[in-house]
Order: sequence, then C-alpha cells, then structure tokens
Amino acid sequence: MKIVVLIKEVPDTYGERKLNIETGLADRGASEAVLDEIGERSVEVALSHADAHPGTEVVVLSMAPEGSAATIRKGLAMGAGSAVHVVDPGLVGADTGLTAEVLAAALRRVGFDLVIGGNVSTDGSGGVLPAMIAELLDVPSATSLNAVEITEDRVSGERASDAATMRVSATLPAVISVTERLPEGRFPNFKGIMAAKKKPFETVTLADLGIDPEAPEASRSIVIGVSEKPPREAGVKIVDEGDAGEQLAEFLAQNRLV
Amino acid sequence: MQFELDEEQAEWRSILRRFVEKEVAPFAREYEEAHRYPTEIIEKMKDLGLFGVTVPDQYGGMDTGAVGLAIMFEEISRGWMSVAGALGSHTLACFMIAKHGTEEQKQRLLPDLATGKRRTALALTEAGAGSDLQGIKTRAVRDGDGYRINGSKMWITNARYADPLPVLVRTGTQNRGSRELSILLVDGDAEGLEVSRDLGKLGYRGIETCEVVLNDVWVPEANLLGGEEGKGLKQVLSSLEIGRVNVAARSLGIAQSALDKALTYAKQREAFEQPIAEFQAVQLKLAKMATDIQAARLLTWWAASAIDRGARSDVESGMAKYLASETAVSAALESMRIHGASGYSTEFEVERLYRDAPLMVIGEGTNDILSMVIARGLLKNAG
Repeated sequence: MKIVVLIKEVPDTYGERKLNIETGLADRGASEAVLDEIGERSVEVALSHADAHPGTEVVVLSMAPEGSAATIRKGLAMGAGSAVHVVDPGLVGADTGLTAEVLAAALRRVGFDLVIGGNVSTDGSGGVLPAMIAELLDVPSATSLNAVEITEDRVSGERASDAATMRVSATLPAVISVTERLPEGRFPNFKGIMAAKKKPFETVTLADLGIDPEAPEASRSIVIGVSEKPPREAGVKIVDEGDAGEQLAEFLAQNRLV
Repeated sequence: MQFELDEEQAEWRSILRRFVEKEVAPFAREYEEAHRYPTEIIEKMKDLGLFGVTVPDQYGGMDTGAVGLAIMFEEISRGWMSVAGALGSHTLACFMIAKHGTEEQKQRLLPDLATGKRRTALALTEAGAGSDLQGIKTRAVRDGDGYRINGSKMWITNARYADPLPVLVRTGTQNRGSRELSILLVDGDAEGLEVSRDLGKLGYRGIETCEVVLNDVWVPEANLLGGEEGKGLKQVLSSLEIGRVNVAARSLGIAQSALDKALTYAKQREAFEQPIAEFQAVQLKLAKMATDIQAARLLTWWAASAIDRGARSDVESGMAKYLASETAVSAALESMRIHGASGYSTEFEVERLYRDAPLMVIGEGTNDILSMVIARGLLKNAG
C-alpha cells in the first residue's frame, strides 16, 4: 500500500505569528518554522500502519517555499520513505483552490492508495484542502477523523462534528483528514536524522505538474487589503464599593451581552 | 574555523529540546522533591534511542559522535540534570565495551545496551579511592574458569539497574602500577553482588547513587573486558575524555537553565515600578552569565570535535569540564540572586540548580585534578 501524507511548514505555533502588511503573506522571519503538529500526527498514522504492515510505502508531500526542505526532511527523519516537495515562484500567496489543484496533480504523479492530511493547519486554518483534493481526484473523502482504521482495501474511522459522531468508511483510493485526537508524532532519533539525508527527495515545479498559476479560466481569490489588528483599548475597570455587581450587570446590559 | 553545528546536529538539538520541554522539564520538580526514580522518562528516552549514542551502528546504536553526545547531555540537563545521570555512566561503559571489548562481548552486550533493554553503569570509585584509581582495594583472584571478586564500591550511579556492571578490580599483586587493574563485567544477578545502600545527597536526586558490595562474586573468564588482564586502567582512562565532555555538557544544561529562568524572572518581576531587568545591576549579571556559558559551550564543542576527529582531547576536555562546571556553580548562584527570596524558595526551580551544580565540579575528575592534567599538558609542551 502506498500512503501519501500531506505536510506543511508553519510558523511556530507557540511563537509570535505575524503577517507582512505590505504583501499580506505570513512573515516567515517572525518566528521559527516548524512542521505543523497536525501533519506530524498524520505522519504518525501512516507510520504506525507501516510498522504493523511491512511493505507499506509512506511518502510525504508538501507544497512549500524553497527554504522548507529541512522541515519536510523531518517527515523522513520520523520514518517516511521518500519526500516530494512542490516548489515554484508562481505559488507565492497561492489560495486554497490553487493549492488543492497543485497537490492533486502532485498526487496523481506520485500515485497513492491513501492520502492523509491534517483537518486544519495551525496557520491558515482553512480546513478545506483534503475535501477539495478528493474532489479534484474524484475519490472519496472522510474528513476530521478522531480514529482511523486502515485495511487492505478500505479506510474507516470516527468522524466528529458539532452535532454527532459518525462511523464512516470508504474504499481505497481515498483521502482522509485527521484531528488532534490521533496520537502525537514520534520523535525522530539521530539515526533517523542521518538516514533522512539518504532518502529520495524529489523537487517538482508547476511546469512538471502542467499547471499555470495565472490561468485566466481558473477562479482565484484575490486579497483586497491587509491591515494591522487595531490595538486593544483600555477596558472598563469596576472597583467594588458595594455595588460592583450592579455595575457589572449594567455593563453587560449596555453592551447587549445579556 | 567553524563555530556552528551542522544541519543534522542542529536538528538533533531541536528534537531533544522539544523532547525535554515536553517529557522531562514538567516533571523535574515533583519527582526530585519526592526522590522518585524517573522510570517513565527513562522509558521514553529508550524510544528515542538515547541509550545507544556511543554504540556503533553495526551493533544497533546510533553513534552520534562526541559533539552529538554533548548536545544530548546539555539539552537533557537543561530540563533536569538527574535524568542525564541515567545515561552518563551507561554511555561511558558502552563506549568502553565498544572500544575494548572482545568481538564476542560486543555482540553479546551492545545490541541490548543500545536500545536500553539492558542497562549498564561503571563501578570504579571506592570509599578510599576516587581521583586516585590505582588505590582501589577491590580484588579479583583466579578461581577455576573465572575470577572471584571481593570488595566494595562507592558512589555508583545506576548500580541497581546495571546488567552487566563493569567493575574495576585489582588482578595484579603489586600495590601500584598501571598493569595491576582489570575490568570485569559482572552480571546484574550474580550471586554475592549486593547494592547495600543509597547514599543521601545535596542534589542529583531521583537517581540513586549507591554503595555496592561484592562478596565472593564469581565471574567467568569470558567477562574479562578485552580478554586480557592488566588493561583495566588504560580502558577506563580511554573513556575519560568522553566522560569529561559529558559532565561539561551537563554543566552547560544547568547553567543555561539558570540563565533562562533569570531572564524570564527579570522581565516579569517588578520593583520600583519597573521590571528588574531594567536595572543595570541585574543586566550585568545576565551579561556575565550569558558570556561565560557561551565560552564554556564553545570550549565543550571544541573538545568534543577533537575526539570526533580522533585527536587527543585530554587537556581540551579537561578545560571544557573545568570552565563549564565552574560556570554552572556561578550561574546557579547568580540566578538565585536575581530571583531574590523566590530563588531560595522550593517553589522555584533555581534552588535545585544551585544544589545540582556543585556535583559538576567534583564528579568525573575534580576540577583540582583536571587543573593538574591541564597544567601537565602545558608544561610538557612548553620549551
């Protein structure tokens, strides 16, 4: 079985995250770049299946700027067998539509039985890519899974939504996305880091995938404006002189919070 | 001249840092207060392959080199130095077995030691002999196809978990001389081997430091390290450079943690309506700590990279251990001063650093002995 895991480099979730106000893009210099934790969990799902099923091939796939190779290699250090990195100047500021198109084309090129991604990244928080990719590839998708079981020809799991928990399953090939309920990714060890250097690492461009980022017939979203978040204004301070409760109730009523 | 880690070493450091932040640091205070052995942390370190850092690849280890080892010991000690103790003598013993063991000994022991399935330690020092190892009294005499050992060892970390426990013994008949000593690998369940007591300590808690009694313990000839008598002292001395890098790196971990905590506290704590970090008196301390730590770190990496190049590193590793451990002691105290009364309180972790740091000055060759090693090296090379 061939499992392709979608991974992403993001600004450190626990560090400072900023937008470049001029370009509207994430300011990659503002904090350390890390492999998105949900991506690590996705890799872990694939690797634990591979541990129990020898012969399983695990590939990590990422669309990312040129400097992201070290982050993608972390997936290899964890234990994936090979990596594919889509990098192209035409992808700067790509929206979810273009990203899905690119990843779907890359998946067709790599080949897959199962695609695993995180349900939502910690930076963009779009949460739509796995479903969009499945649509473009014309395969079933099962998103936001809290539990995953993979067999020879099926993938099934538990899908949580706000209203209910559903048992879902799909025949392979398929695309799934997983939530933070799945186990954390394993720590790579020094041997893994050294081995990662020698594993196949393919870099592909938009031309390799036959995609034109400027294609006029494709609908693309356009950023109209970006601005700083306004600074927080000083709040109302209530000092208790016996009537703090009344003042609080008044404040809530005035602001239509009750 | 190259002062940076290479890409793999930097990656190794960042993985360890995350591991320690998640799996070690949050438990340090609670475990140490309860004198609790960090079993769970050790199991996780096994998963990460940390027990195999000095075991060659062919025996299942991951041979990170001395720089990789220094990175590991610094990062772990930054979370809690005691945990590094579970790896310290284990890595030294593995290094010795890999370097001096017979092929049969290596194949029999190293694969399990690399994964941590079996663990080991080093029983060298005695109540009456530490820096002066030639003064040990534990004796082994030929008995059938093996040796019978009698004696006792003191300050043995991990003794309870060691299988085998390498024991430095006197096999010769002379009182002094480098050919009189040998190392015997004693099975953990050998009859007559007893861990008689745990020693109370100022710091370095959670990890047991033991007295070991060997009462008529018989070991087969096959467990004589390297298969030749009289090589013990040489075998031990060959691992000392790695040992000093290990303690230098642990010192860096303590010192860096002291600085990290001082920086955080100085920015949070206010006095006279401003953070105390604004005061020059505090800034002077921070600057001195950071400078000393970086100097000691570069010295440690320099000594470690000499080992990795196959060059001599006795003076180099001696200097590194000397400066780094003195820095750990001073940084812990300076951090405590910056913390004020909070630093003296067990509610904060600085007091633990203050208790752990002095061991770095004493262990693995006291700084006085190491100063002699450094001076001898200097004098030998002076015109």
